[in-house]
Amino acid sequence: MTSDAGPGANMISIRGLTKTFDKTIHAVRNVDLDVAEGEVVVIVGPSGSGKSTILRCINLLEIPTEGTVEVDGFEVTDPRTDIDRVRAEVGMVFQQFNLFPHLTVMENITLAQRKVRDRSRGEAREMGMRQLVHVGIPEKADAYPRQLSGGQQQRVAIARALAMEPKVMLFDEPTSALDPEMVKEVLDVMLELVSEGMTMVVVTHEMGFARAAADRLVFIDEGEIVEIGPPDEVFANPAQERTRAFFDKILY
Amino acid sequence: MATEPRRVQRGRRGATRVTDERPWWDTFPWWGAIIVAILLWMAWQILTKENYELAWTRIAPGLRLTITSTLQAFTIALIIGMVAGMGQLSRNVVSRNVARTYVEFIRGIPILPLIFTVALIVVPEVTDALNSRLDAWFGWEFKLSFQMRATVTLALIYGAYMAEIFRGGIQSVPPGQSEAGRSLGLTRRQTMSSVVLPQAMRAIIPPLGNDFIAILKDTSLLSVLGVLEITQRGRQFSASTFKFREGYFVVSFIYLLLTLSLSLLLSLLERRMTRDRKGQR
Repeated sequence: MTSDAGPGANMISIRGLTKTFDKTIHAVRNVDLDVAEGEVVVIVGPSGSGKSTILRCINLLEIPTEGTVEVDGFEVTDPRTDIDRVRAEVGMVFQQFNLFPHLTVMENITLAQRKVRDRSRGEAREMGMRQLVHVGIPEKADAYPRQLSGGQQQRVAIARALAMEPKVMLFDEPTSALDPEMVKEVLDVMLELVSEGMTMVVVTHEMGFARAAADRLVFIDEGEIVEIGPPDEVFANPAQERTRAFFDKILY
Repeated sequence: MATEPRRVQRGRRGATRVTDERPWWDTFPWWGAIIVAILLWMAWQILTKENYELAWTRIAPGLRLTITSTLQAFTIALIIGMVAGMGQLSRNVVSRNVARTYVEFIRGIPILPLIFTVALIVVPEVTDALNSRLDAWFGWEFKLSFQMRATVTLALIYGAYMAEIFRGGIQSVPPGQSEAGRSLGLTRRQTMSSVVLPQAMRAIIPPLGNDFIAILKDTSLLSVLGVLEITQRGRQFSASTFKFREGYFVVSFIYLLLTLSLSLLLSLLERRMTRDRKGQR
């Protein structure tokens, strides 16, 4: 998959995205969102507001009820698109890490490289080691996930996604399941990715990260984009009452 | 609580003890010792008493058929069970419903009438229909022995039970696992074989072992078709010599020896699996 888009062009383009569950519950309503190449977009909002659903519609873990999603010029909502090829370019990090417990750290990282990218064992291991160094735990290559702390597991999950050399990284509340003392080590890895110019969409409750890393902050409530803009502006001067009410509740 | 002594004895009768140390005779596996003693006693009878020894020499050759039938039925059932179990979870409406129908239908009929139905009605009719063609085209006929007919029936029945085991095992793997696999670009099939099935095996292997033992015991039903496995040989021996006690004594001994040693092996395997898991998780 080669990118036709030049610098600053849209990596992700969402139009009229609507997702309903059981035909009545509107998780996401008519959302439009573009993410430029190299841009970092942080999505915040109350629980159940549809943040994660939007993220999961980008790599089609949820199938949108209406609307279109384009990633790197490929329309993922088109049934003719080979979704597996698009997913290989879109790294995803989950709240619950979702490492494969029956495989070692290195096997976790090499599995998809070998099966999807057709890399040899040696190539895959070399890339795996590079990414483990990247997230700061090369010594854990032969450990099993259960032998690692939550923060280490999440860093392995990030390394696993990065080893596919994705064009976009999606983070679905990556620190929400972590003990407080482990949040920072994961956010540090993410900040490093930001500085390397990775295109990222991050759903999080970490407002400090949003302030430090986001090019644009999106506030979502009841499945709709309420406000969108540079984080400093949105934090300092929310235009909408709902945004203000949300920040009043969580910031102090 | 903390100030109480570790052992509190209140009289001899209805003694209440507060302790986590139980005496050795409370935790000793008496049941195992009793079973071993019974088996040794049975073996002793067979080795020393002439009539029992005679029964043994007449019945034991049936072991070969009992074991081959068990292995055949288990292997076929394993394949059927895996296909039908995954079929029940398929996105395809046809395979889902075919699998479900098979499982529900088979599980609703007892083994004995099903063996008669398959052996005496289904197999003859199917082979007749097949053979009219095969004979005309190749001058060759397809035949299925009674042993194979009964074995296939057992496999059909246990295939349905195993389908449920596979379905349950696959569903015991959290959905986040396949989501993680798919989000890395693995196909549905790759995710199933590399991510979901290996984890499902932990939940699948113990009940499969139980089914193996159950199949072994149910091969005794092959006797109703005259297959010369252990039970049938026991019946023949008893009927021709009127030594019912000796005949069924030996039959029971052989089954007990097989099933008990198998379940011992199985519990060792399970223990090893949980130990591995502790190491991993």
